[in-house]
Amino acid sequence: MSKRFTFSVDGKDRTVEADPETPLLYVLRDDLNFSNPHFGCGQGQCGACTVHVDGEATRSCVLPVEAAENARIVTLTGLGTEKPHPVQQAFIDEQVPACGYCVNGWVMTAAAFLDRTSKPSDAQIRDALSGLKCRCGTHMAILRAVKRAAQAMAR
Amino acid sequence: MNTITALSRRDALRLSGGLVVLFSTGVAAADRKGAPDPTSLDSWLAIGADGNITAFFGKVDVGQGLDVAVAQMVAEELDVPVAAVSIVMGDTSLTCNQGGASGSTGVRQGGVALRHAAAQARHHLIQRAAEYLRRKPADLATADGAVFVVDAPAQKVAYAALLRGKYFQSQIRWNGKLGNALGLTSTAKPKAPDQYKIVGQPVSRVDIPGKVMGTKDFVTDVRVPGMLHGRVIRPPVAGAVPMEIDRKSVASIPGVQIVHRQGFLGVVAPREWDAIRAADVLQVTWSKVDPPFPAFAALHDHIRKAPAIKETVDKTVGDVERALAGAAKRITAEYTWPFQSHACMGPACAVADVRADGVTSWSATQKPHFQQEGLAKLLKRPLDTVRVIWMPGPGSYGRNDAGDAAMDAALLSEAVGKPVRVQGMRHDGHAWDPKGPASVHTLRAGLDKDGNIVAYDVMNKGFSRVEVAVSEADPSDTLAGKLIGFPDKPGAGFGSPSDVYEFANRRLAWQCVAPLMPGASPLRGAHLRDPVGPQNLFASESFLDEIALAAKVDPIALRLRYMKDPREVAAVKAATERAKWIDGPPGARRQMAGAHPSGMGFAFARRGDTLVAVIAQVEVDRDTGRIWARKFVVAHDCGQVINPDGLRHCIEGNVVQGLSRAVHEEVLFDQSMVTSRDWSTYLILDIADAPEEIDIVLIDRPELAPEGAGEACTAAIPAAVVNAIFDATGVRMRAAPLSPARVKAALTAKTV
Ligand code: FES
Ligand code: FES
Repeated sequence: MSKRFTFSVDGKDRTVEADPETPLLYVLRDDLNFSNPHFGCGQGQCGACTVHVDGEATRSCVLPVEAAENARIVTLTGLGTEKPHPVQQAFIDEQVPACGYCVNGWVMTAAAFLDRTSKPSDAQIRDALSGLKCRCGTHMAILRAVKRAAQAMAR
Repeated sequence: MNTITALSRRDALRLSGGLVVLFSTGVAAADRKGAPDPTSLDSWLAIGADGNITAFFGKVDVGQGLDVAVAQMVAEELDVPVAAVSIVMGDTSLTCNQGGASGSTGVRQGGVALRHAAAQARHHLIQRAAEYLRRKPADLATADGAVFVVDAPAQKVAYAALLRGKYFQSQIRWNGKLGNALGLTSTAKPKAPDQYKIVGQPVSRVDIPGKVMGTKDFVTDVRVPGMLHGRVIRPPVAGAVPMEIDRKSVASIPGVQIVHRQGFLGVVAPREWDAIRAADVLQVTWSKVDPPFPAFAALHDHIRKAPAIKETVDKTVGDVERALAGAAKRITAEYTWPFQSHACMGPACAVADVRADGVTSWSATQKPHFQQEGLAKLLKRPLDTVRVIWMPGPGSYGRNDAGDAAMDAALLSEAVGKPVRVQGMRHDGHAWDPKGPASVHTLRAGLDKDGNIVAYDVMNKGFSRVEVAVSEADPSDTLAGKLIGFPDKPGAGFGSPSDVYEFANRRLAWQCVAPLMPGASPLRGAHLRDPVGPQNLFASESFLDEIALAAKVDPIALRLRYMKDPREVAAVKAATERAKWIDGPPGARRQMAGAHPSGMGFAFARRGDTLVAVIAQVEVDRDTGRIWARKFVVAHDCGQVINPDGLRHCIEGNVVQGLSRAVHEEVLFDQSMVTSRDWSTYLILDIADAPEEIDIVLIDRPELAPEGAGEACTAAIPAAVVNAIFDATGVRMRAAPLSPARVKAALTAKTV
């Protein structure tokens, strides 16, 4: 049974009608026309669908829309509006993506992590990103980019 | 904003039906109907009145920056900045059939054709400028998008002023072939490498900012007006077909339509989540079929015992059997490789709009022109009423599931009379995508009393890598096609490693065994990055280390004895020097890295004229069996380097994916179905296990043709890793993947 839900996405208030169980991912993509996040697994295993929900990197494919009521949601597109977020800039500078389908998960997770952790060690970065998937194998460039972003944010 | 037509990001172009207009300056530079004619220069290049250049490229970039490399080649010949060149890729109405992404031919064949087209365009522009400037063509040269008089450079005319946004209306010599083999020859020779200013320079990818900022659309983001969402329902036991469908079971879900045609079953709904739910809850009675597969543990035994349906001796020199019989020492070993999945980051997606007057398919296929053929056959439509528009997809490493999704979407759209978008669920991708084939490799060698290799015999035996053909040009090569009755067609092929080592008596041969089941199988053998390369070299490059151990010699020195090509030798030397390789037989580089033994392993790959020498440094945790490939040195020679930045990224991806396949990847199944259907059962390399460093030595050979770099390196990684494990532990692993459980078991067995 459909219900109304209200939350903000990338700074704008939104109201949708949806079955409360609908994963937020489909509401964002199909009702609100956001091309990011992506569907990767639908099981919380890959991160392709990551958005920030009240500042936390969250896998939207397993978050029922009712759990997002009144939340502040930020997507990859809203992360750096005027200018790229330092993590985005670092991903561009390091030319990270191959196919790029996974990028959403890495950038959003890294951005939330670097907000909490300044000057992380190499091991902390690996640990924070562990579990995200990149099938093209851009792991090395991702690690370089996150280190670069951490340095930029420490400045 | 999300209603996407083709090429929305290229605002230089607008499409309506088959008509293309270049709007960069308001003047039409090209309008095309039907398939472009390869002999017309206008099919390849257009120069807008603002001087911007559009190149029409019949291949696609699957995330390695191929479009940038091609733009560099075009810009070089035409003497314009790279930024002035945009590339239109893989749209069957706009580009000639250059075979799509295939066999690392992107630069080698596809790019070289565009290079000739651009050289022809320069030639044409000089001829025109000769009239305009009233000088002989020989007095003229080109720079900065203009033709100028060599001894009076102020006298010049811009290309745009010569063409004024119009066609070239000029021809180019075509070799009459379509696909990868399509070749063009310009009247004027392309530039000599010593004149290059743009080729060989690092250039950033054009698609990356959009992908990182979230503004770049993938095939998954295509929305067309009136579009519905579809899902295809696969059987619980491979080979079963739907017998009865309880329509009432989805009655409560709004707008659901069921599409059932022979073995094909799908649901369509206006909302994606509703289509997903409907696919989930629809009650289906499936036909009873015998479970088609052997027990998982019996897979390799099945391959050993199965009769060959095809066999080929790729190379035979001397008399191997006699030399073996007379050898002072004989060595033999067997290696096994599992089925592996493309397991793309997103399950395949496609949008199809099947109308009475024409068909449009948005697809991430690697081969749009071949998909066009396949759709025409599937839907029984004339070829020229079908248009395939390539869009970037969630990764692509060969013949993945993109072609299957396009056929699924087409059948659903045809049935419901609306455009339909299909994206599989995770289990559809992992379980049903085409698979890299499983195999068993038997190698034998004979040594003389001085440790020379006098006989060498390789037999690679496995499932076909072309049970599903490299493209979906025939619906028989897709799940949907098979399910509506297109017959299976024979596709048997495996392969041998390149003939690098010149042993006096040698034989390289393969055998292919029959598929485990006919029809729509979840274990269809297909091309997966460097088709059969990783499995073949896992065996052959491991075996050379086994020989080195038996002969008590350094494994690299042993290889060098039999390598004849100086480029091969140079690549090996480059890697050994960079890695500070310590001479000695396998085991000689063992060290302790903290609590863990560490070792180094070498492997060499040759794919066509691309040469790769890899040295892996690996640590082994004896308690858990976890291995960590800490460092790789890769010496890479793929002839002329077009874009060193792009190449380095491409090589890194090859190393990481090759490592992932070596250590983790294995399709699991029971007798009924594939059971590794998500990321917790089909493991890939986690970032926590990424190497600390991949040190790449690029060997640039500007005097040679540019060769492919998309695959060769992948093939060398498993053997380099397994040779390093031996170096570290003295344990020889002969079965991939080198999972912690398997490594631990092997270590335990050795110490008992
Ligand atoms: S799609 Fe949400 S984690 Fe994979
Ligand atoms: S870049 Fe393709 S999955 Fe990460």
